[in-house]
Amino acid sequence: MYTQALNNPAVETGIEDEEKLAAFQARIDREEKIEPNDWMPAAYRKTLVRQISQHAHSEVVGMLPEGNWVTRAPSLKRKAILLAKIQDEGGHGLYLYSAAETLGVSREELVDQLLTGKAKYSSIFNYPTLNWADVGAVGWLVDGAAIMNQIPLCRCSYGPYSRAMIRICKEESFHQRQGYDLLVAMMKGTAEQQEMVQDAVNRLWWPSLMMFGPSDKDSKHSAASMKWKIKRFTNDELRQKFVDATVLQAKVLGITLPDPDLKFNEETGHWEHGQPDWDEFYNTIQGNGICNKQRMKDRIKAHENGAWVREAAQAYAAKQAAKKSAA
Amino acid sequence: MMKDPALFTYCMRLADDSAILSQRLGEWCGHASHLEEDIALTNVALDLIGHARELYTYAGQIEGKGRDEDALCFHRVEREFTNLLLVEQPNDDFAYAIMRQFLFSAFMHPFWEAMMNSKDELLAGLAAKAEKEAAYHLRHSAEWVIRLGDGTEESHNRTNDALEFLWMYTGEMFECDDVVSSLVAKEVAIDPMSIKHLWDETVNSVLARANLERPAESWMQTGGRKGEHSEHLGHILSPMQYLQRSFPQAQW
Repeated sequence: MYTQALNNPAVETGIEDEEKLAAFQARIDREEKIEPNDWMPAAYRKTLVRQISQHAHSEVVGMLPEGNWVTRAPSLKRKAILLAKIQDEGGHGLYLYSAAETLGVSREELVDQLLTGKAKYSSIFNYPTLNWADVGAVGWLVDGAAIMNQIPLCRCSYGPYSRAMIRICKEESFHQRQGYDLLVAMMKGTAEQQEMVQDAVNRLWWPSLMMFGPSDKDSKHSAASMKWKIKRFTNDELRQKFVDATVLQAKVLGITLPDPDLKFNEETGHWEHGQPDWDEFYNTIQGNGICNKQRMKDRIKAHENGAWVREAAQAYAAKQAAKKSAA
Repeated sequence: MMKDPALFTYCMRLADDSAILSQRLGEWCGHASHLEEDIALTNVALDLIGHARELYTYAGQIEGKGRDEDALCFHRVEREFTNLLLVEQPNDDFAYAIMRQFLFSAFMHPFWEAMMNSKDELLAGLAAKAEKEAAYHLRHSAEWVIRLGDGTEESHNRTNDALEFLWMYTGEMFECDDVVSSLVAKEVAIDPMSIKHLWDETVNSVLARANLERPAESWMQTGGRKGEHSEHLGHILSPMQYLQRSFPQAQW
C-alpha cells in the first residue's frame, strides 16, 4: 500500500560515470524499464530499496489493525472478506520483498531493519481500529489513499516494482470497493451502526490525508525521484485527487467529512480542504503515535515466537539435502 | 415438525467443526512465524468458513424456522455447539495448531472423499469441492508435522507435546451414534469407522517420517457432539458472537 518513503529525498551517494549516467537517464526519458541486471546509479538503487522495503513493511504492519477484528467479524461472509483482504496484504508484502531482493538485499536484512526500528512504515497503521466500521473505513479511505499514490507507481521506471504494483493496485481497488460496501450496509442499518460509521470516518479522515506526506511547500522535495520517474506527482497533487474523489463518495454514503473548510471551488473545479494536524503527523512518524509501540511489539513477538519454526524448517531442509547428496 | 432432524443435527456438527476451527486459525492472522505461513493458515481458515456457510445454510433450510447461517453461528450458546473437542483446542504454539490440523485433516480428507457418494445431493456436491481443499490441508499440515518432528530438538519436543496432548481428542471423530447410523442406513452419511484404516495409515506414515511415536491407545475424551465441551469454547464464542449479540437487530 503505502509509500510515504516517496517523501524522503533520494539518496545521493558517490560520483557516477557521467557517460553511463547520461545513457541511463536517456532510457528513463524514453520510458524504458530498468531491469535488475541493468546498470543503474548507486543512489537509484538505494532509493528504491528504501522505498520498496518501506512499502513492504507497511503491508505487513498493516495486517495488524485489520487483524484486530478477525475474531469479531459480525457475519461469516464479512469474516471471509476480511481474512481474504488481510491475506492479500501479506501477499503484497511478499511480492514487494521479492522486488527489493532483485536489487541485492535479502528479506532477512529488511525485516531486521523493521524490527530494530531502522526502517519505517506508513504512519496510518499507528492508529487503532476501534469499531467494526473501522474495517470498512480502512478499505475505503486508507486503501483509497494508497491507490492514489500507487497507480502512478505502476509506471515506475524500475521494472520489478512497476509490475508488482500493477497486481497490487488491482487488489487494492477491490479492497476499496469492499470497504465501501461494508459501510453502505451499515449506513442502511440501525442508528447505532450509522454512528459507528461516522465515528470511524471522523477518526480516520485526517490520518488518511496525512498518508500523502507533508504539503509540497514543507516537503523535502525529491527532484531525483521525479527525474528518475520513481515519483511522478507531488504530495499535494495526489492529496487533491483523493479529496476530489472521496467527497462525492461520502455524500452518497450519507456521512459528513470532519473538515469545516471543505468547499467546492468553481474556478479550479477542485474541492478546497483544510490541513491535517502536522504536529501529530511528525510525532506519529517519530514513534509517538498511540499504537507505534504496540505494533512493533506485536511484530517482534511474532518473529521471536516463530524463530524455532524457521530454524526447524532450515534444519529439516539441510538434513534432506545431506541425504540427497549422500545417495 | 422438522422434516429431517437427524440430517439437521449432522449438518450442524460438520458446520460447527468448520466454524470453530476457522476461528482458531483466524487467531494466527498477522502473527504467524513467517508471511508464507500466515497466508497458508488464512487460506485453510477461508476454506473452512466456506464449508460452514454452506452447511449452516442447508441446516437452516432443513430446520425450516427461518434461521440463516449467521443466526445459527452467532446466536447459539456453548451447550448448543456440537463441534469436536479437537477443533476447539487452543493455539498453544505453532506445533499445536499444525498437529490439530493434521489429525483433523487426516480424517476429513477420506471423509469428504467418501461423502461424494452421499445420497444427499447437497452434501455430495459440497464433498466434491471440500475433498480437494481437505487434500491441500492434509498435505500442508503433514509436511509441517514432518519438518517439525524431524527438524531441531526443540521443534521435535514441541511437536511431540502437541501430539501427546491432542491424541485423547481423536477418538471422537470415529463415534457413530443414532444420528449417524440412521443416516448411514439411508446412505446419506458414512460410518466413520469405515475410514479408520485410512486415517491410521496416514497418521502412522507421517508420524514415522517425523520421527514421532504414535501414542499408545488410551482413554478418549468425548462430549462435543452432545454439547459438552472444554472450557475453551466459551472463550471462542465470546468475541466471535459479540457484535451479533450486542446488536441483534442489525444486518452487517
